Amino acid sequence: MLKKLASGPYLIWIVLFIVVPILMVGFFSLVQEGPDGTLTFTTANFQRVFDPIYVGVWWRSIKIALEATLICLILGYPTAFILSKMKKRIQTFAVMLFIVPMWMNFLLRTYAWMTILGKNGILNQLLALVGLPQMTFLYSEGAVLLGMVYNFLPFMVLPIYTVLAKMDRNLIEAAEDLGGNRRIVFTKVILPLSLPGVISGVSMVFMPAVSTFVISNLLYGGQYMLIGNLIEQQFLTVGDWHFGSAIAIILMIIILITMAVMNRASGNDPEESGVNLW
Amino acid sequence: MSKWIKRFYIGLMFAFLYAPIVVLIVFSFNDSKSTAKWEGFTLDWYNSLLQNDYIMKSLYYTILVALVASVLATVIGTFAAFGIFYMRSWQQKLVLNINSIPMLNPDIVTGVSLMTLFVALSLPLGLGTMIIAHVTFNIPYVVLSVLPKFRQMPNEMLEAAMDLGATPWYAFKKVIFPEIKPGVITGALIAFTLSIDDFVISFFTTGNGVTNLSIAVYSMARRGIKPEINALSTLMFTTVLILMVIINKRTKKEDI
Repeated sequence: MLKKLASGPYLIWIVLFIVVPILMVGFFSLVQEGPDGTLTFTTANFQRVFDPIYVGVWWRSIKIALEATLICLILGYPTAFILSKMKKRIQTFAVMLFIVPMWMNFLLRTYAWMTILGKNGILNQLLALVGLPQMTFLYSEGAVLLGMVYNFLPFMVLPIYTVLAKMDRNLIEAAEDLGGNRRIVFTKVILPLSLPGVISGVSMVFMPAVSTFVISNLLYGGQYMLIGNLIEQQFLTVGDWHFGSAIAIILMIIILITMAVMNRASGNDPEESGVNLW
Repeated sequence: MSKWIKRFYIGLMFAFLYAPIVVLIVFSFNDSKSTAKWEGFTLDWYNSLLQNDYIMKSLYYTILVALVASVLATVIGTFAAFGIFYMRSWQQKLVLNINSIPMLNPDIVTGVSLMTLFVALSLPLGLGTMIIAHVTFNIPYVVLSVLPKFRQMPNEMLEAAMDLGATPWYAFKKVIFPEIKPGVITGALIAFTLSIDDFVISFFTTGNGVTNLSIAVYSMARRGIKPEINALSTLMFTTVLILMVIINKRTKKEDI
């Protein structure tokens, strides 16, 4: 009896504040309000998502998120690899050093780049010192990309590092004993074994990158549209909740599918991680 | 040779990660509005930060919301984990799947869906709705940090206590709670930290002039660079640093 009662408030809470809101967004995305306030079912909101203007926004969001993910992977894999090879005593400390910046508020980390890249920022001061002309770094697509890489790089490094650090040394030694040179040992043994880490790193970078509106808003300004900005605008300034809901639903589906595929690909034991998809 | 390349590479990565933070902290003590040229040491920005009503009010709301939301989430989540532990397998699976939705969903989707609900229920957006939203995204983390403690606990503890005549509530208080306490405290600390740090969900679920620090930073940063934000960053970073060191010490102790 007590066992059943204990989770009662929680069950009510998650139904009311997790399940119902998502169902409502789903409902909103499927209806449109007539001039007299009547609701009619329609697929118009979803059709509008495929308007060329909005397809452009999806394309841009996915492209920049993929670019950020790729750069994080290229920078992050060697980092994780070197970290995992460090002496144990230094290793723990070095990994800690990698985690600490993540504890800083996300907005402040993004704001930091505003002060560095700005017109009177440090970067321009340095350019002036060596006699180069001032440039506008801020308010460009490059700045947004940099902001994403900076904010999400640890999300790539840490899962890869975890897999590499736990890797069975015997397998590597066996490969070496059997005559594999360093390149072969890496491509045939280490890399395939580290794939689960790579996959979870990729999804942990891609997901926040594709849905952000803060980085694009601060480092590019209002004119630059990513999917996140579009949703924010529809809900907070334009007030077209039906269209906004349709975009949110599609974004959610994209993310959930990505997660499901990634989970399956990395062969994560759902019981162990506590997070699984049905 | 390759050793030096490796060191150089790691050094570059650390420089990349820390340079912006160092810049923020150093220029929070700069005696000028500039965030590029050093003009001498001052604490003026800390002073004007403390006199900035908007920021002080946001600080108050940040701490209030984080305290209330993390306490509520911890209580609800702990009892939830207790109930979930004794559920049948398929129920457990279903509930844990729902539990993971706020962790998997992009924050912006969680934010707008909660906002939709609040507006549909015609709850005025403000302090109350922000607390509800924070409890909602905190609970899953509390559940996931308490549930493993139940799994580690010997199975018959509750039955044994009740066979010996303890009431269910007494058994929970005296037998079960001491076992799961480390998980509860870790869960509460995670909830508190997440709450302090949240921007996106708060942004969509608040109103009526109620803002937290993240929202204050966002709205100030959109209007340009303000040295007070640097001072604020330094203070927030130090606070979170201390909090996380405490959390880390705790989890390490548990590992042993």
